[in-house]
Amino acid sequence: MTARMDKRFASLKTEGRPALITYFMGGDPDFETSLGIMKALPGAGADIIELGMPFSDPMADGPAIQLAGQRALKGGQTLAKTLELARRFREGDNDTPIVMMGYYNPIYIYGVEKFLDDALEAGIDGLIIVDLPPEMDDELCIPALEKGINFIRLATPTTDDKRLPTVLKNTSGFVYYVSMNGITGSALPDPSLISGAVERIKGHTELPVCVGFGVKTADHARAIGAAADGVVVGTAIVAQIAGSLTKDGQAGPDTVASVATLVRGLASGVRSARLVAAE
Amino acid sequence: MNQTPRPNSFRAGPDEDGRFGIYGGRFVAETLMPLILDLQGEWEKAKNDPAFQAELKHLGAHYIGRPSPLYFAERLTAELGGAKIYFKREELNHTGSHKINNCIGQILLAKRMGKTRIIAETGAGQHGVASATVAARFDLPCVVYMGATDVERQAPNVFRMKLLGAEVIPVTAGHGTLKDAMNEALRDWVTNVDSTYYLIGTAAGPHPYPEMVRDFQAVIGAEAREQMLAAEGRLPDMVIAAVGGGSNAIGIFHPFLDDDGVKIVGVEAGGKGLQGDEHCASITAGSPGVLHGNRTYLLQDGDGQIKEGHSISAGLDYPGIGPEHSWLNDIGRAEYVPIMDHEALEAFQMLTRLEGIIPALEPSHALAEVIKRAPKMGKDEIILMNLSGRGDKDIFTVGKILGMGM
Repeated sequence: MTARMDKRFASLKTEGRPALITYFMGGDPDFETSLGIMKALPGAGADIIELGMPFSDPMADGPAIQLAGQRALKGGQTLAKTLELARRFREGDNDTPIVMMGYYNPIYIYGVEKFLDDALEAGIDGLIIVDLPPEMDDELCIPALEKGINFIRLATPTTDDKRLPTVLKNTSGFVYYVSMNGITGSALPDPSLISGAVERIKGHTELPVCVGFGVKTADHARAIGAAADGVVVGTAIVAQIAGSLTKDGQAGPDTVASVATLVRGLASGVRSARLVAAE
Repeated sequence: MNQTPRPNSFRAGPDEDGRFGIYGGRFVAETLMPLILDLQGEWEKAKNDPAFQAELKHLGAHYIGRPSPLYFAERLTAELGGAKIYFKREELNHTGSHKINNCIGQILLAKRMGKTRIIAETGAGQHGVASATVAARFDLPCVVYMGATDVERQAPNVFRMKLLGAEVIPVTAGHGTLKDAMNEALRDWVTNVDSTYYLIGTAAGPHPYPEMVRDFQAVIGAEAREQMLAAEGRLPDMVIAAVGGGSNAIGIFHPFLDDDGVKIVGVEAGGKGLQGDEHCASITAGSPGVLHGNRTYLLQDGDGQIKEGHSISAGLDYPGIGPEHSWLNDIGRAEYVPIMDHEALEAFQMLTRLEGIIPALEPSHALAEVIKRAPKMGKDEIILMNLSGRGDKDIFTVGKILGMGM
C-alpha cells in the first residue's frame, strides 16, 4: 500500500467515517477544466480520487461514462495527458490518493513498464483496470505491485465465496465492491443486500471495502457508507459535468463549481453515515 | 532445458489459459469471469460427451443440411486458366452461411447450462439470423445487437430476424457497426449474467470462445478435406477464406494446418485502401492490442484507442480478428492479404455470371484473391475456397453501387 493510501484510511478510521471516493473522466471536457475539477475535489470533501482514463470501447460502462470518454478523446486526451493531470494535481496536493481507472489497452500500447514508472512519478497510488481479472495478473497487476502501486480489484455479486480468495489474492489498497451485475450508472440496489455483501467480503480480508455503482445522492452515500469503508460516486459526477456544458460541448461557466457543490452534498452524506448506523 | 520446444502440431492450441502464443486470453470484467469459467467447464464436458456430439451431428445433417457440397467451379477455372478451383458450399446451409454451424453448437451448450435467454451481436446479419433461427428452434428468447449503420445496409436480414421472433436492437454508439454491437452485447451480458447466454458469432472474444467457435466451425475443413481426397485423390495446394473475425476461415483452415503442402491464405477487407483508415485489415495494417476479451491484432491509434474500420461488407467490418489467426500469422503458418472493396465487387459479379452463384460480399473478398492467384498457378494445382455465405442479403447494396435502380 502506498503511504498516501495507508495514511488516508488510517485517518478515516480515527474519524470513524467512510471514505468518499469520487470518479471523474480525465480530460472531460478538456484538460484545463478537468484539472480544475480535480483540484476542487479534496476541498469539497473527496477523500480519494478516481481518475478515469478514456477508452474508445468502454465495455463495462453505461451511457454517461461512455459519453464522458468520447468528450475527453475528442478534446485530445491521451494516457500521457491523463498522467500529466495527476502530475499537475500533485504540485498542490500530496495527500489525496489518486487511483487511475480504465481499460487495459491504452496501458498495453503505452508500455507496461514505462506506464508504471511514469505513474509512480506522477504520484499515482493505485490502478483499477476493468478488463484484467486475476487470471491476467501477469500482465499488469504483479508488475504494479512490485513497483509499489496498488492494484485494486473489483468484486461483484457473481464473486462467490469460492472465487473470493482468487480475487483478493493480489488485491491491495482497498477492495472495490460493485454493488450489482451491470454497467456503471444503473439503479442502486437495496442497501441491506449491499451491507450483507460487504460483511461477506470482510470475512475474507483486512482491506477496506468500498462500494460503488449506483450511488448518486447524499442519501445513497449515507446508506451505503453505514456498512462500507468507502463510497464510490462516478456517474452522478460525470452527469453533473455533462449537464453544465454549453450547447457545443465546451466547459460552461459553472462546470467546476457545480461539481464541487455536488461533491459537498455527497461528503455530508458520508460524514453522517455512521450516525445512521448507530441509530 | 527451459527452451520451449517447437510444437509438433499447429492444431494443439490454445493452452489452458486460452492463449495462442501471446494472443487470446481472458480480458473481461470480474462479473463475467465466473460465467466464463463455467462455460469452459461445460464445454469441456460437452466436447467429450457422445450424446452431445450425436445431437450436434443429427442437427447438422437434418437441420443445417450437412455435409455441404464441394463444388468444382469449372467455368471459373476455365476463365482464369490456371489452378482448379473448388468451393466449399457453406452458402447452401440453412440460413445461408456457415454461421449456423456455430449457433447450433452453442445453443445446445446454453441449454445444458440452463440459460433462459440468448443474446448475440451481428454485423452482416448472418450471425443474427442464425442465432434467431436456433433460438426459435429451441424456444429461447433472443436479443440481437446490431450497429445502426448495419441495420440500414442489411435490411433483409433485419426483417428475417424479426420474423424469427428475435428483438433487434440498433446500436448507435461509435459508427454503429459490429464493434459497437459487441460492446453493447457485453454490457447486456454483464447486466443479465445469471439468465443470459452470449452467443458470440466469431472465433474471437474471451477464452473459451475462440476455441469453441473454431471447433464448431472445423466441420467445414474436416468435410472439405475428405471430399477433396474423394474428388481428386489428394489435398489442395491452397486454402483461401475471407477473414473478418475469422470463424469461417479458421473453420476451413484448422483441419489443414498440419498438412505441410497446403498453403493457407486469409483475406482481409482492404476497404478503400490501406493508406487511410477506411479498411479492416487488422493483421496487414494493425498491431497487437487488447479488446473484447482477447489480445489480437487490432486497428488502433498510438494511444491504444480502437479505430472504426470500413468495408463494403458488413460482415468484415470489424477492427479486430480472432486470436488464432494472429498467432498463425506471426508463426508464418498462414498468410493474410487485403482485398479492396472494388475488387470484391468485381469478383461478386464474375461469380454470379460465370457460375450462377450469388456470393455474399464477405467470400467475394476470398474470391477476388482466388482470381488473382489462380492464373499464376499450374493447371494441375488446386485451390479450395470457402464460399461461406450467399449474397441475397447484399443484392440491394450491390445494386445501389452499380446504379441498377432497385
